[in-house]
Amino acid sequence: MKETPLSNCERRFLLRAIEEKKRLDGRQTYDYRNIKISFGTDYGCCIVELGKTRVLGQVSCELVSPKLNRATEGILFFNLELSQMAAPAFEPGRQSDLLVKLNRLLERCLRNSKCIDTESLCVVAGEKVWQIRVDLHLLNHDGNIIDAASIAAIVALCHFRRPDVSVQGDEVTLYTLEERDPVPLSIHHMPICVSFAFFQQGTYLLVDPSEREERVMDGLLVIAMNKHREICTIQSSGGIMLLKDQVLRCSKIAGVKVVEITELIQKALENDQKVRKEGGKFGFVESMANQRITAFKMEKAPIDTSDVEEKAEEIISEAEPPSEVVSKPVLWTPGTAQIGEGIENSWGHLEDSEKEDEDEGGSDEAIILDGMKMDTGVEVSNIGSQDAPIVLSDSEEEEMIILEPDKNPKKIRTQTISATQVKAPSKKPVKKRKKKRAAN
Amino acid sequence: AGLELLSDQGYRVDGRRAGELRKIQARMGVFAQADGSAYIEQGNTKALAVVYGPHEIRGSRARALPDRALVNCQYSSATFSTGERKRRPHGDRKSCEMGLQLRQTFEAAILTQLHPRSQIDIYVQVLQADGGTYAACVNAATLAVLDAGIPMRDFVCACSAGFVDGTALADLSHVEEAAGGPQLALALLPASGQIALLEMDARLHEDHLEQVLEAAARASRDVHTVLDRVVRQHVQEASVLLGD
Repeated sequence: MKETPLSNCERRFLLRAIEEKKRLDGRQTYDYRNIKISFGTDYGCCIVELGKTRVLGQVSCELVSPKLNRATEGILFFNLELSQMAAPAFEPGRQSDLLVKLNRLLERCLRNSKCIDTESLCVVAGEKVWQIRVDLHLLNHDGNIIDAASIAAIVALCHFRRPDVSVQGDEVTLYTLEERDPVPLSIHHMPICVSFAFFQQGTYLLVDPSEREERVMDGLLVIAMNKHREICTIQSSGGIMLLKDQVLRCSKIAGVKVVEITELIQKALENDQKVRKEGGKFGFVESMANQRITAFKMEKAPIDTSDVEEKAEEIISEAEPPSEVVSKPVLWTPGTAQIGEGIENSWGHLEDSEKEDEDEGGSDEAIILDGMKMDTGVEVSNIGSQDAPIVLSDSEEEEMIILEPDKNPKKIRTQTISATQVKAPSKKPVKKRKKKRAAN
Repeated sequence: AGLELLSDQGYRVDGRRAGELRKIQARMGVFAQADGSAYIEQGNTKALAVVYGPHEIRGSRARALPDRALVNCQYSSATFSTGERKRRPHGDRKSCEMGLQLRQTFEAAILTQLHPRSQIDIYVQVLQADGGTYAACVNAATLAVLDAGIPMRDFVCACSAGFVDGTALADLSHVEEAAGGPQLALALLPASGQIALLEMDARLHEDHLEQVLEAAARASRDVHTVLDRVVRQHVQEASVLLGD
């Protein structure tokens, strides 16, 4: 299934909101969504929720023979899967561009930064090493997959315990969980990706873009960092042109965010440890909230809604009530009738404003003006007669199409229908106006 | 523990200074069949780039973009290009990523809106990889695109940079890359100083980022000087041949 395209008005709305430094979910420019980390019953299994984006991470291990050129190093393997469960636009089993990009980014972020001591994964040099596999599944897609995936990967790796082994001569003994306590991996540092979305050719910047914001963004900059403020990966993508200062500013912001997230991860790991030790209940079932409407608990949005009612009332009281339209059919020519004056159709803005652009310029202003005049337009039309309100030459109210009756009514009918559908909204009014101008 | 990458006197393993580039030699118009082609040597890194287009969309017509040209990039590196023989020249994750990055770089640089509903193919082949393959590919592709006469905002010049003992090194060789230090690849539009692509690997403290970025940018500008000379020379030769 192909992705549903974003409508033009939705796109404009989002961009306009971003210009006004507002986000749909009430966050500030540099805010992250809520991060929630929950662990499964097994070691090395976790679900990370970033807002509504959910990623499941599972680590597994296996004894294999090492790569030829690295005889004393264990093998790390990362795989991110974008299943159709997460969003209908993902195609199963296909290496899309996005998937390649995300997988490589994860690999570079976690493997190339050497956050895991791979030499400690060696059992017998040149013969047996541990292969650690990190499988990440995107469960729900609501934007910013890479951040969620990188957190899930590092949390799962921190949580993972591998079985203990001992080597005596040529013999390798693998102990089960009951025989010996499993061993955690040795992790040097925790790199975490932070995404920055750029809008309007880099004029505006947002941290942690949601799915909607990702659709309208121009480009993305991902910076992976650890809490010691060491940059592990930088990757820019999308067709934006960055400037050096922007990159440096982003790296400063990333530093702050990473410290916060690392603290959260450590707290989550500690909590899980404690619960396991005490023998309490743990696992996904305990932590998964029921997200139906009937659930008792609702998550509160971080928006200040204290004075919403007063404000709404203010707006209502200030607004003028819509005057009643007296329906009195007007007969222009035999065969045609019209009721009222009609208000300009605000749905057709795009075409109209473009046309207006051509002969007036400044389409934006025109749109606002039109919107404001709509109220007065109705009033005037109710009070005055048909001839009076020509003052409103800016709005297009007085421009109506008169269908001239012809001798062959049947033929004309089909013609006029097509004419009103195709030409009327765009071409005819403009022509008319031009004539009027010439007359003036 | 390993090799000393920067000596006390400030020389690198191959005798260069910290900000010095390797020798760049380039040639445009190396193939007759292609619309544009170029060959570049940056030290021992050798790359070949070929450009076809703008032409009609090949394959599925649904990929056509109504407002701009589609840029299609394919990266492959010869099986004999690296120390160990590669199994297959393209199709692995790394090559796919490189292709994506090249596409992104050139989508930003080429004035794609001038050729709506058409396609521009850029094929890059690395013959010998001795560090800075991404940079060599971008530079070769820039020359090839120029040779094809496709309008661009500016040259795209790329260069890599590293960081050793508090000093930023420009244009890393394979030995320096393999040492495992941080490495940064930058594609720059030299006239405006805009960054078309930025990529970095391994650990580097945030405080040093600016220094490395600056070194890479300066090296990219140096590359631009060299490429500009190559283009001018090529144009001169071509005009002599035409008898103007």
